[in-house]
Amino acid sequence: MLEGSEKKLLGSVLSLARKVCDRIGRKVKLMEVCGTHTMVIAKSGLKTVFADSLELISGPGCPVCVTDQKDIDKMILYSRLQNITICTFGDMIKVPGSFSSLEIERAYGAKVEIFYSPNEALMYAMAYPQREAVFVGIGFETTIPLVAYCILEAKKRGVKNFSVLSLHKILPPALRVLLDDPDLSIDGLILPGHVSTITGRKAFDFIGRDYGIPSCISGFEPQDIIEAIGIILLQILKNRPEVEIGYRRVVKENGNLTAQEIIRQVFEPCDAKWRGFGEIPGSGLLIKKEFSGFDALKKFSLPEVNSESQKSEKSGCICGDIIKGKKTPLDCQLFSSVCNPSRPFGPCMVSQEGACAAYYHYGV
Amino acid sequence: MKMDDVILLSHGDGGLLTHNLIEEYFLPHLGNDLLLNLDDSTSITVRSDNVLVTIDSYVVDPIFFPGGDIGKLSIYGTVNDLSVSGAKPLYIAASFILEEGLKLSILKQIVASMAEACNEAKVKIVAGDTKVVGRNQVDKIFITTTGVGTLLEGVNLGKHLIRPHDRVIVSGPLGNHGLCILLQRGNFSFKTNIKSDCAPLNKVIEPLLKTFNGVKYMRDLTRGGLATCLKEIASSSRSIDILLDEESIPVDEEVRGICETLGLDPLYLANEGKFVIFAEKDESKSLVKFMREDLGLGMASIVGEVREGSGNVFMKTTIGGTRRLNMLSGNPLPRIC
Repeated sequence: MLEGSEKKLLGSVLSLARKVCDRIGRKVKLMEVCGTHTMVIAKSGLKTVFADSLELISGPGCPVCVTDQKDIDKMILYSRLQNITICTFGDMIKVPGSFSSLEIERAYGAKVEIFYSPNEALMYAMAYPQREAVFVGIGFETTIPLVAYCILEAKKRGVKNFSVLSLHKILPPALRVLLDDPDLSIDGLILPGHVSTITGRKAFDFIGRDYGIPSCISGFEPQDIIEAIGIILLQILKNRPEVEIGYRRVVKENGNLTAQEIIRQVFEPCDAKWRGFGEIPGSGLLIKKEFSGFDALKKFSLPEVNSESQKSEKSGCICGDIIKGKKTPLDCQLFSSVCNPSRPFGPCMVSQEGACAAYYHYGV
Repeated sequence: MKMDDVILLSHGDGGLLTHNLIEEYFLPHLGNDLLLNLDDSTSITVRSDNVLVTIDSYVVDPIFFPGGDIGKLSIYGTVNDLSVSGAKPLYIAASFILEEGLKLSILKQIVASMAEACNEAKVKIVAGDTKVVGRNQVDKIFITTTGVGTLLEGVNLGKHLIRPHDRVIVSGPLGNHGLCILLQRGNFSFKTNIKSDCAPLNKVIEPLLKTFNGVKYMRDLTRGGLATCLKEIASSSRSIDILLDEESIPVDEEVRGICETLGLDPLYLANEGKFVIFAEKDESKSLVKFMREDLGLGMASIVGEVREGSGNVFMKTTIGGTRRLNMLSGNPLPRIC
């Protein structure tokens, strides 16, 4: 049951939402750009609570979902190489590439191990020195420092059979591209608490300054998100767009400087392809030359990914538009009947944090 | 290690070693008046118009886990399938597929555990079989058990009896077995106290059915968890919806915490000693009181109710929202961001 103070908060945010609604003459449209928020919103039934005043849509917040089809194919091709163990977060297993998935490759004999942290993959490499452990580096600022740490640690310990396929992405450049899109009409952004813990609040200042969009960094309890919604609504009312922190117990102005430094030590920015967005300058991370022994791309050569890759993205899957907040899963003709978590067509249905999976599991 | 400390292919050849294996490893633990005949089949006397039969295979990995092992599970799982159907479990037939190289000491431990479970659940193993296959052709040991029981007198259960306003009751905290196994199997570096809940349900279901007439239907909440089970029930009727109240669903704190960290939902995790009851509204409160006070099921709770509808399961969330529950689809996967 909601405690007295939480009930009061919900009540006041609800009436605030109605007030803003009346003011602008339509529902308030807010976007969340964090996969964990997507799940919490779906699971807590938040959309139904605010059904008459808010439209909550998902943006590019799920790292699995924004990974380009060709990169997925690359990962699958690595799993076919002799003596390689693909070390990955569980979400990647079912993600369909254009010709296969890790799940299918595993059934045909590929060695695929699921880990919950890159450090466990490094431990695996040390325990099985005769195998080549390739860690699939998927994730935003939250996971990147851990991967960087593991590469440093592997170098320190002289581990020769550990490498990383760096498909990491950093969020702010993608948000810029999103906000530059004239078709996007949102009234505010709910910003990710974990990513901001690393980057700091300031990294998102451009949202209010350059685009005039209200925003708030939110924690991960339903109450945190309700509070963040309230903060954004107040900004809209006062017409004072800025980046506020609603997750004060963790997020600071400048973020975690140690984590940022460790990322800089190991990685350098590069252009990266995002599903739905195409290439975004400076949004990816390349492993620096001095660590090339831990860079799977440098260590193993792959056969060229063939043109089949483009084909499958045209199969009717609209993950790309969903990630950009232009469409919802319900707009997809494949949703539920043809594409579901048991037989997913696109990554948004696979990842627990994908908008399609959230719609499917929680019927929002 | 001595050469003969492990299962050899010859243990499955039907000859002397097979004979010795049964004499030395199975009969001392599982032997009873019926089994000791060692004939090709066993004659049992069952006095009832309603004999219930069930079968299940057990392939759990790891074979030993906190709170139980594959042997115990192979008895309780089958006993529970009979119990929730309103039957008194009586007899079990068990078939073993053993991997060449399995340590005999491990086999002994598993068989002893089965014997203990049979005692606990008051059932007899009346027929058995063992086969041995080569290394890597099976993982250590697979067990299949068939259970036979008779319907308890005066008991009439079925999902067709479920009506709007009936209450949904669960017998205790959910998700412990599923999470316990997942934690054993995964590459985790943290320690927990989570144990499997595997237990024989006939001990609690028999007194419950003898005391209350208002029980309409029961299911044990194994693979797929509470959510999948309820969705199956709702969609098979098509004229009802089930409305759950998130607040009242019992989940242990530690289970809840780890599930949140790993991105799992306890409503979809397997249990091996929990069941759900559909009961008449008027009896449901006294039923829960009886479960809590007389059967030792301290966390038994009313978790929802049946409404007129069209086969959906909804849940009222803590913050007052509503969400829909579907069947388990794909493995529960962890979040990564």
